[in-house]
Amino acid sequence: MWDYSDKVKDHFFQPRNAGVLADANGVGDVGSISCGDALRLMLKVEPESDIILDAQFQTFGCGSAIASSSALTEMIKGKTLEEALKVSNQDIADYLDGLPPEKMHCSVMGREALQAAVANYRGEVWSDDHEEGALVCKCFAIDAVLIEDTIRANNLCSVQDVTNYTKAGGGCSSCHEGIEDILARVMVERGETYTPGSAPKQEVSPVGLTNLQRIRKIEAVLESVRPQLKRDGGDIELVDVDGKTIYVNMTGACAGCQMEALTLQGIQQKLMEELKEFIKIVPTKVSSLTRAMKG
Amino acid sequence: MNGIYLDNNATTRVDPAVVEAMLPYFTEQFGNPSSMHSFGNKVGLAIKKARMQVQELLGAEYDSEIIFTSCGTESDSTALLSALKAQPERREIITTTVEHPAILTLCTYLEKEGYKVHLLQVDHKGRLDMAEYRQLLSDQVAVVSVMWANNETGTFFPVVEMAELANAVGAMFHTDAVQAVGKVPLNLKDTKIDMLSVSGHKLHAPKGIGVLYLKRGTRFRPMLRGGHQERGRRAGTENSTSIVGLGKAAEMALEAMDYENTEVARLRDKLEAGILAKVPRSFVTGDPDNRLPNTSNIAFEFIEGEAILLLLNKFGIAASSGSACTSGSLEPSHVMRAMGIPYTAAHGTVRFSLSRYSTEAEVDRVIQVVPEIIAQLRKLSPYWDGDGPAAEPEKAFAPVYA
Ligand SMILES: Cc1ncc(COP(=O)(O)O)c(C=O)c1O
Ligand code: FES
Repeated sequence: MWDYSDKVKDHFFQPRNAGVLADANGVGDVGSISCGDALRLMLKVEPESDIILDAQFQTFGCGSAIASSSALTEMIKGKTLEEALKVSNQDIADYLDGLPPEKMHCSVMGREALQAAVANYRGEVWSDDHEEGALVCKCFAIDAVLIEDTIRANNLCSVQDVTNYTKAGGGCSSCHEGIEDILARVMVERGETYTPGSAPKQEVSPVGLTNLQRIRKIEAVLESVRPQLKRDGGDIELVDVDGKTIYVNMTGACAGCQMEALTLQGIQQKLMEELKEFIKIVPTKVSSLTRAMKG
Repeated sequence: MNGIYLDNNATTRVDPAVVEAMLPYFTEQFGNPSSMHSFGNKVGLAIKKARMQVQELLGAEYDSEIIFTSCGTESDSTALLSALKAQPERREIITTTVEHPAILTLCTYLEKEGYKVHLLQVDHKGRLDMAEYRQLLSDQVAVVSVMWANNETGTFFPVVEMAELANAVGAMFHTDAVQAVGKVPLNLKDTKIDMLSVSGHKLHAPKGIGVLYLKRGTRFRPMLRGGHQERGRRAGTENSTSIVGLGKAAEMALEAMDYENTEVARLRDKLEAGILAKVPRSFVTGDPDNRLPNTSNIAFEFIEGEAILLLLNKFGIAASSGSACTSGSLEPSHVMRAMGIPYTAAHGTVRFSLSRYSTEAEVDRVIQVVPEIIAQLRKLSPYWDGDGPAAEPEKAFAPVYA
């Protein structure tokens, strides 16, 4: 049984605003019957003010689909269309105190129904701009489409690569076979064959970031931790960046102290979050100058 | 918990008499059956007795044909992998599109390893085409694996006849009888079935105990190698407590065989007829004339199964569904898809599976509750309008993408 929050259960058992809205002037139909989810959102918008006076829904779907629809109508009633369109799928999930990763698509569907209904009201045609695939990595909620696109865009050839770029596969390992299947399929397209043992790509630079941008980001992260290090009588200096290895020099009270490993780990975590890629931070004893001369 | 449990194809409660039989093997009878002292000896004798109880339930010729394993899945894997290892010159497998994942997922893996897997299709009632089967049989086939009864619909497959045909071309025959054992009488000694899988928790024994029946003379390669337990065919110290429990459960299932096929079947029929009479646009999936006595799978059109289960659960009623949402996948049950059940119905299938503990009062209560729940959900469905489906439901609701 899914681990649904009380809020999800509440909105499922007592759905708000369910049923046909007779005088709706904006209707959005989204979903796919093959996936078992379909949602019709009906809006009554006041033309002078663009305010959503009323919103109702009809949903064919599971507990979280019905709860997401119900939550959405509650969230947008009384808002202007502009305000309502700022509601993201994450907002819907948050409103419900979270959804299981397998069920996040229910909130996405809510968000899309909103876009579709607003477009319908404005006399525009809304078309879905994202494609959703089967969930591959449950640990990090990564679906097949994202993995496939990332492999294609970066010519990836190993599970390790995919983990570095998307996080998928970096947890319990249960999705590795699934990732390998996708790798095999995409690599055939570019005339290569997938071999399980193959080494990850040498140079891992993140999608869209140049080396210079990366270094600036790294500097910014180091800058943000520097005050705290200084308070403890130490400092940190960026020495070099070699692919995904970042060399730093710890000075002062930090160098060699017991806390060094701990501190570095924290900084590494921060860097990974900022760069959105896997990196390794390695302390060296050379300063940036001497290393530059050697190399 | 005083709920109404109609999900016995998922798992069953352990019979109190089974628990009682097991208890001493947690405490004073803790010995290792392989040991040379009296602590172990008693346990060894208890396992021997359990083996004979299972032999009797299966109608096996010898008790040595019973191999205790850790579950139905292990039995399935052992059977198929053994058949392939023992006959390396044969590279093909025949199975069906509606097997349990314990077989299908393994076969997908074996396909990647280079084996050729033939999947037999089923018709709209879940029945196999025997002509197609005959055509696929050849001296290249290492093993045929066909379930005795389908877990979702209860539909039976003609495994005894299919085993004869496999035998005629020298192919081994395995059947996943996890859902059938304990519910229908078996007499394996009169069949050409080489291997058969059992899972204890489907017949009121504990979870985590299974059996692989291996007909005497069948070539075999173990999956777990190690000690000499189970005559070296399945190494690892015996789960003696659960084995004793399974033996007791087998004995009880044999005693209850008549009841299962008369009284349980009657209650199932009453439940089904009661629901169908009150709920429009609902129908039975599978082959109602040829199925397990305890199983009824009903499709409710235009609503989704997980939502039905959540509402049933609120009334204390436990069942299961073939909808995609219950499994977290994007597709509804492969069994419903294989039978060509349309998506508008496949997502709304609910399986009710009874046991010998199910009562008339429980069935009456479910017949009363289900129609209300279905009506409540249909009110929310964009495919439903008043008392019937929206006129031309496919057109009335046309999502932007599909
Ligand atoms: C037909 C069938 N085969 C195999 C299994 C797996 O059995 P176990 O859970 O003991 O591994 C099941 C149980 O769900 C089943 O219904
Ligand atoms: S599911 Fe991908 S790492 Fe756990």
